[in-house]
Order: sequence, then structure tokens, then C-alpha cells
Amino acid sequence: MKAIAELRNVTKTFAKKTVLDSVNLQILDGEILALLGPNGSGKTTLLKILASILRPTDGEIHFCGVKVTDQNVEKIRMESTLVFQKTVLFSTTVYDNIAYGLRIRKVTKNEIDYKVAQVLKLVRLEGFEKRSTKKLSGGEQQRVALARALALNTRLLLLDEPTANLDPKNAGIIEEVIATTNQELKTTIVMATHNMFQAKSLPHRIALMEDGRITEVETSKEIFGKLSKTLASFAAVENTFAGTAKISEDGSTLIDVGNGVQIVAAAKNVGEVSVFVSPEDIILSKSRFESSARNMFKGKIVEILDLGSVVRLKVDIGKPITVQITKRSFNEMGLNLNTEVFLAFKASSVQII
Amino acid sequence: MPTTIQRQSLSRAVFVGLRSSMNMLDGLIATLQLSFSVDPRIIEITLRSLFVSGSAALIAALWGIPIATIIAMKDFHGKFLIKTIFNSLIGIPTVALGFLLFLTFSRENGPLGFLRLLYTPTAIIIGEAILITPIIVSLATTAIEAVDPEIANLARTLGASESQASFVVLKEALEGIFLAGIASFNRAIGELGIAQFVGGFIYGQTELLTTGIWIELQLGNQRTSIALMIILLTMVFTINLALNTIQRIRGRE
Repeated sequence: MKAIAELRNVTKTFAKKTVLDSVNLQILDGEILALLGPNGSGKTTLLKILASILRPTDGEIHFCGVKVTDQNVEKIRMESTLVFQKTVLFSTTVYDNIAYGLRIRKVTKNEIDYKVAQVLKLVRLEGFEKRSTKKLSGGEQQRVALARALALNTRLLLLDEPTANLDPKNAGIIEEVIATTNQELKTTIVMATHNMFQAKSLPHRIALMEDGRITEVETSKEIFGKLSKTLASFAAVENTFAGTAKISEDGSTLIDVGNGVQIVAAAKNVGEVSVFVSPEDIILSKSRFESSARNMFKGKIVEILDLGSVVRLKVDIGKPITVQITKRSFNEMGLNLNTEVFLAFKASSVQII
Repeated sequence: MPTTIQRQSLSRAVFVGLRSSMNMLDGLIATLQLSFSVDPRIIEITLRSLFVSGSAALIAALWGIPIATIIAMKDFHGKFLIKTIFNSLIGIPTVALGFLLFLTFSRENGPLGFLRLLYTPTAIIIGEAILITPIIVSLATTAIEAVDPEIANLARTLGASESQASFVVLKEALEGIFLAGIASFNRAIGELGIAQFVGGFIYGQTELLTTGIWIELQLGNQRTSIALMIILLTMVFTINLALNTIQRIRGRE
């Protein structure tokens, strides 16, 4: 397969801080490539450089064989589009948001009407044209942002943590649209994620990122096949834990991930493994509670990240673990830093990677 | 210029006049009569005030908004200093600015005296435009800076050129910029110092609502003064009321 875009020794520094360090990467035509790495590893910067809205401090970018320069950057930008992690919308109607890029491309009114309706159907927001974007829920807003990018039908679609701030229903819709777009329109997609599970299911290839470098680029099968061995670089990925698994008396898998933390998983496995627990699958309570969940931990909130409609909490249970709850629950429970909380998740929610 | 004695007697006359006949009901009735009787002179003063303040606000917007755009969107050395200067200038006393402009436009020895602008509406427009420029620059800068920094990047990634991206940011800040314009207009229409110093009180030529209130009182025409005052207050209140209503409706959308 030929490369649609290529980064050659790309370095980006902000006020003397190196965010990308000599990155070399080829984006192959028609693939879904995931950039997988912890927060702060340079994923967003890399996407912005690929979108040509950020120029590298050093190195070259080639797009369809053409070197991106200050002269041709505005033209090359037309060939790709980026959907930001934090939803950004123009404060106008859904229609005007989606029409913006089409109007710049001098598409006729009739064609715009058709396109807008088409992409809204794709993200399951039919008939939302005249709605004000301010009145939409967080999930709907992110779907409008995706629809706006899809309407342009660019050769390269860049997605920055497309489902990170969303509830499972909205996340599901978006993942489905990503897969459809890639299969049916043959759009090349590069997406940043720190969600292991998403990285395992959607992309053809995965680029592992750490501290502004790409440490490995391989097919997702290869990466996940040997992930345990490269786990050192993965410790910082959200809710991924490495440890030793053994089969317990009742037949479930018990994984000791250190610091006195033992995780029960439904799938059988022994030896060195790494496990992932989706932040959405964890139930949080202020008091100890009875439940069927096999994993129950006590901890303290050490970090609060407000993402709009949802809130991400980092809870120290001996190991830091991220929990995602809705803003409403967060407010109603009166949570704060250092609040003592109880976490529970089912053994079947534990993915052995 | 009135002598000290003249000024004292004027003040006394005003004071006596106030004490002897200052009856609110009386004043109100007079005002209503004046307002509804369509006194051409009052209409003329009101229209002139609107024209002068409107022109000043327009001119200040014409140079103030581009300045605000540059301050808000570009990174350069001394940015903080420039912002501080504009912020501080918001509070400039109109008397001080009026006096400085009087010296500048003075036909005897002012550096711009040759323009023969002193005691003309043009001089007031220029003065008020200078007065309100810091307001428009500061408020518009704040409004533009309040726009999500990713908005410009969003426009770019959707295919916008640099100028199209800047335009989108301005569009997002439009409400704030509009408010800045209205705040400036309010300040201009309500100020007295500059209008007095560079406009004077030339009957039928430079008399405005504010200077009119003052001079009519000096001349003992209290009723006219009160009528002008009520017109001024009504205008300012109406404009603000209309604005708040528009904002509320927009917020509900």
C-alpha cells in the first residue's frame, strides 16, 4: 500500500519543551492507524501537524508525495480534517456548522443541503439541521463535530480521542461511523486514543507513543500479541495494569498487579499478563456497598478532570485507576479531592490483553 | 470666558432658581409638555447628540476593533504593556482630555489650530472618539480573547485561510464587540467635559444634550434642562433595555 502522508524526522518544541522528538511515520492509504499512548505523549500535537494547522519546528511532512511548505499549506489543509478531543463548535446552528467547510470549498447550496442531511443521518442526528449547537448534549455535539468533518469527504480524517468524553451509547455510534467511513468511503483515518480496548478493535495498525516519540508501529494483532513484553512503556496508559495471573480456587483468574492490588478477571489466564478496565465500567460509591461485582476497592480521589458532561476521577487504590462518571452524579455525590470512595467492577469487565 | 463675578452670580442665580421653583411635579409636567409638544430645538439637540456620539462610536470602532483584533490574536513583545495602557486610559477624566484637546485645537496657538475645528461638532466627535477608544479596545480585546482558542484552528482544519479563520473568531466574539460599541456610545453621549471644552455652547451649532442641560440651567431655563435630562436618561435606559432583551432572547435560543 502506498503512503498518503509521511512524517520525516518531525520535531516540535513549545517554549523549549520538546513535544515531538524526531518522529518518522507513514500513513498508508485506506488504513485506520491508532496513535496509542498516555496523556502528554504527543498524540494531539502529531495530529495537528498532520492536519497542517501546526507547523513542525524541524523535519518534513509529505502529503500525497508533495512536501508541505508555508506556501502550499493552506491548499494541502483541504485534503485532511481534524476532529478535536474537546468538542469545538461554532455558536450557530448544526446546519451552519456542517456547511462551513463546504461553503469554503464553494459547494452549491443544493449540494450542501444534501450533504448535511446525509452526514446527519450517518451520525443518527436526522432533522437536527436547525437546532442551535449550544442546546445539544455533549454526545450530540461530538457527533455534530464528526459529521462536520465527514461532510468534507477529505482523503485523510484525523480524530483526537473521538470517544474519550462520551457515554457508551454515543461512543458506540461514533466507533461505528468510523468503521463505516473507512470501509465504505475508503477514507484513511488516524485516531489518537488511550483506550486500549478501542485500539484493539478498530485500527489496522497501531503506533505506540511515549514522551514525544513513536516507539513501535505494527499491526494491532502484532502489538497486542507481544504487549506484555513491552509493558514498561505502557504502564502510563490509563487503567492498564501488568501483573502475574493465577487461577484461583473458584476458577476465576486472579491477577496480582502489585501494591496489594489484586484484580479478578473472568477470562482464564496464567503468567505475566496485562489487563485493562474501561473507566466507564467502574461503579463508584461513597460507602461500601453490596454487589455482584467481584472487584471491590477502597481508595481516595487524587485527581478530578472535568470533561463537560462527564467527569474523570483518578482514584488511588494502591494503584491509580481512572473512573468515569456523569457530571450529574459527580455533583450529586458531592465528590472532592481526597474524598474516600469505593469502586466496583465485574470480573467480566476486566480485559486481559 | 465669564469673569469670576459673573460666574458667582450665575451660580447664585441657578441656586436661587432651584430653591424657589424646584418642584418635581412642575418639572415633570413641563418635561412631558416639552417632550410631546415637539419643540424643534429639543429635537435638534437630541438628533445632534445622537449624531455626534454615534459618529464618535463608529470612528472608535473603525480603528479600535482592528487594534483589539491584533492585540488579542497576535503574540508580540509589549502586549501586556499595551493592554495595561488601554485599560488605564478607560478612566481618563473627560475634563483633562477636554482641556488637552482645547489646547491642541486652540485657534491662537494650538498645534492643530490651523484646522479651525475648535467649537465645531467635528471637534467633539474627534474628542469623544479618542475618549472611548480605550473602552472599545479593552472590551473588544477581552471579547476576542474569550473565544475558544481552538475556534481558529477549527476553521483552518475545515479549510479556511488565515484571514477567513480570523474572521470566524471575530464573528464568534461579535456579541462582546457589539456590547463594547454600545458601552462606548453610552460613555460618549453622557460625557460633558469634552463637549464643553471643544464644543462650547454655540446655539444651534454645538449644543448637545449634556451641554444643553448645563447651559439651559445657567440661563434659568430649568424646564428645558429637565426635559433634556429626561431625554438623555430615557435614551440611555432604552438602549440598555433593548440590549439586555436582545441578549436574553439570544441566550434562550
